[in-house]
Amino acid sequence: MKAADGKGWRNDAHAKVTGRTKYTDDLKFARLLHAAPVYSDFVHARILRVATEEAERAPGVVRVLTARDVPGSNRFGQILRDYRIFADDKVRYNGDVVAMVVAETRDLAIRAAALVRVEAEALPAVLDPEEALLPGSPLVHEGHGSNLVNTHRIRRGSVDLGFRQADFILEERFRTQSVEHAYMEPEVAVCSPRADGVIEVFGSMQHPFSTRRFVAACLGAPLSGVEVVGTPMGGGFGGKDDTAAIVCARAALAAKLLGQPVKLMYRRDWSIRESYKRHPYRVAYKMGVSKDGLITAVQCRIVADGGAYCSVTPWVTWRSTVQCCGPYVVDNVHCDTLGVYTNNVVAGAMRGFGSPQMNFVVEQMVEMAAARLGITGVEFRRRNMVRQGSVTITGQRLDSHKVAMGEVLDAVLAETGYEGKLARCSHGSSDGDELYGVGLAMSYRGVSLGAEGVDFCAAVINVQPDGSILLEVGVHENGQGAESAMSILAAEELGVDLGRIRYRRASTSTVPDSGTTVASRGTIMGGGAVTLAARELKRRMAEAVCGRLQCLAGAVRFEAGELLDPAGHRKVPFDEAIALMFATQHFPHVVGVFRAPKTTWDEHTGHGDAYFTWVYGCQAVELTVNKKTGKVRLLGATAAHDVGRAVNREMVRGQFFGGMAMATGYALHEEVRSKDGRITNPNLNTYRIPRSTDLPEMTAIIIENPDPHSPSGAKALGEPTNEILAPAIANAVFNATGRRPFSLPIRLSALPDEPLEEDCRL
Amino acid sequence: MRLNVNGRDLEVSDAVGERRLIAFLREDLDLTGAKNACDIGACGACTVLVDDEPVKICIKRVRDVAGRRVLTIEGLAGPDGALHPLQRAFVERGAIQCGFCTPGMVLVAHAFLLRHPRATRDEIRRAINGNLCRCTGYQQIIDAIEAAAAHYRADAAPAREPPL
Repeated sequence: MKAADGKGWRNDAHAKVTGRTKYTDDLKFARLLHAAPVYSDFVHARILRVATEEAERAPGVVRVLTARDVPGSNRFGQILRDYRIFADDKVRYNGDVVAMVVAETRDLAIRAAALVRVEAEALPAVLDPEEALLPGSPLVHEGHGSNLVNTHRIRRGSVDLGFRQADFILEERFRTQSVEHAYMEPEVAVCSPRADGVIEVFGSMQHPFSTRRFVAACLGAPLSGVEVVGTPMGGGFGGKDDTAAIVCARAALAAKLLGQPVKLMYRRDWSIRESYKRHPYRVAYKMGVSKDGLITAVQCRIVADGGAYCSVTPWVTWRSTVQCCGPYVVDNVHCDTLGVYTNNVVAGAMRGFGSPQMNFVVEQMVEMAAARLGITGVEFRRRNMVRQGSVTITGQRLDSHKVAMGEVLDAVLAETGYEGKLARCSHGSSDGDELYGVGLAMSYRGVSLGAEGVDFCAAVINVQPDGSILLEVGVHENGQGAESAMSILAAEELGVDLGRIRYRRASTSTVPDSGTTVASRGTIMGGGAVTLAARELKRRMAEAVCGRLQCLAGAVRFEAGELLDPAGHRKVPFDEAIALMFATQHFPHVVGVFRAPKTTWDEHTGHGDAYFTWVYGCQAVELTVNKKTGKVRLLGATAAHDVGRAVNREMVRGQFFGGMAMATGYALHEEVRSKDGRITNPNLNTYRIPRSTDLPEMTAIIIENPDPHSPSGAKALGEPTNEILAPAIANAVFNATGRRPFSLPIRLSALPDEPLEEDCRL
Repeated sequence: MRLNVNGRDLEVSDAVGERRLIAFLREDLDLTGAKNACDIGACGACTVLVDDEPVKICIKRVRDVAGRRVLTIEGLAGPDGALHPLQRAFVERGAIQCGFCTPGMVLVAHAFLLRHPRATRDEIRRAINGNLCRCTGYQQIIDAIEAAAAHYRADAAPAREPPL
């Protein structure tokens, strides 16, 4: 079993393909109780009383919990502590949970949940983020003083000067929608009180450490009193953080109070009703362009609807701000970004994290500018894109890694024959019913957390006396294959067969808090920690055997399960070296910690080295639009991404295809619809994610420029693949129809006689 | 009433016959490969085969399969745990990420290839249309099904590989 045998090795594939993997809902517990959440019909209301008596008398009900039962803090959050475990003072959105019924079976819990009555005084709801900012608007959180969650800004150069230098100015408004992650496995938690007083948490969540903080705060317990056990999960995409953590906290509360294991398994309609979404954005964008095709200035105002709670809105909107000009050099920038509270469903982290919205804007703006100049969008991009040594709009010089913007663009153009196809686009007229179009988009993306927060990760390599290896890393397996990538990196660095590595799914009690598996940081941060741990282990092993190899410790080579002197004359098998270490009590147990290089940020000016490295991607799509129905059919899609280094090629390809598929849904199908603040499509029959037949054949072009700041060389991929196909589709739709989509999802009415739906324009 | 699950004949009471089929399989028989994900037959994560036809069982009762032959994902590999060639193709082609849709997807593909061992890529794409996957974009799933098709042709020997 070699890492590089060309097959998509996964440590968990055999169990998954035979149905033996135990996800949270598959675990069996003795004396298990079941819980169900209680919602109210309100969207915004002051709670007077939560009447639980009738539900408490219902068959099989063990207890009904409300905010009053929380021994610790009922309020928590990663940035602002405004989330409620149970709604206490107010209902702030229709997904707020006011109580939870615990019963002997799930059916009985669900039945009794309908008997809980919420007496409340309805308040006027604010559902429009722009209205929420107006004076006199109802306040979602009175204590916060306004509905403004946060602002970010960039002030670079002088936009007045930049617009004066422009030969023309484009000014447009865009709007994006609320999007559901639609992980296949809904939220679920089983919490079990252990005999030593620790509450064990098994759950579908992508942030065990964040979950532990939520649970411990709710219970009023120390972090050591809660153990979140890594459990296989059915997808996250950024969506299994706050909501999933609160689901765990509620189950933990019940388990603690009742002294019994409790399962809280979400129905899909509860999941869609309550869980946070990708932020809907409204963007006003003004771009100045000179006649030689250079962007002279950008001014933009970004308003993000954060819904009822803060969640990670300040971080999401920060990335939007830093990347508000796309991968283009612009000397004069004035950007104002506002995160806003409303009584809509909460918005938080979702794959892309503030970039899909901005790329939808920027990658259409550059096409419009190019059209005005009479050059291609590709040519316009080439004149403005970042190159080696370029300075970003926040003042960061891109010289620490290979700037591969041109490389990914060229790769997509060559693979697709793009420029030939561009000449064949219909631009609104064709002989038959089908209009043909091709379009592309590109981006750069700051890797990992950047100046959002402290960025490090730990890995533990614990070699056993027989030479078998246990590996634990502080990143979480969300389904992406993190455990496999970590194992491959360890095996490669140590020069041993993969079969020797056993990935031990970490719990929060066994590895240092390494942050969250978000921001496409799993491979770069986890892989960095694994590589550094393996190097430290090698250093210690080399010291143990260098005498026998008759060479300096630093010269020992690790290859094919052996330690060798530089010439390869003398060898010590890996197992023997380990045995030797145990014999002398030099235990082969190492902790590797990778700390991200420093980043900087000035909140006042929007200047700084925002991210320690960047990745580059380009995607193109070919499609037809039916003139009579407006139906879009994708014919093919191609992507090139610089991943630094591809650790597991089949899994890397899987990230490409999965990201592109999700972006197709964003472009054409998906929208969380609501009426008066109540979601009207809360299941997968009405919330339509892409099916196999909605997608074209896709091509993945893996570009590898190992990053000097990444110990493994690997960078990031999960989110880049998901952030540019929507604008590529929008550009292709324009090239097919001659009509530009200003809002998502793209809805085309019949063409060409009828105009685009008016609500496509603000 | 009687039914057969993964080759085992079972006799169940009328009361059990009224149970939801997915609950019966998951809770009574501990066959947890079929997943609860939407409860309304919209996503296919609960798919099993009934007399070789894919059925979304979250909306079925046990009595709906009385006298029928039910195959769950647990019954597809050999008794020694050896992977079916279709399962092996899923593993090798990178068709598995979170794995939540995988049991249903494999079974739908199995039923399809039993009847259409010479299917084109487009036909495979249409065949799995009722099963949702959020991770893979379906591309490598289709690759896997296409690669496994040869094993379903009349002259192919029923090869199983030992467990990994």
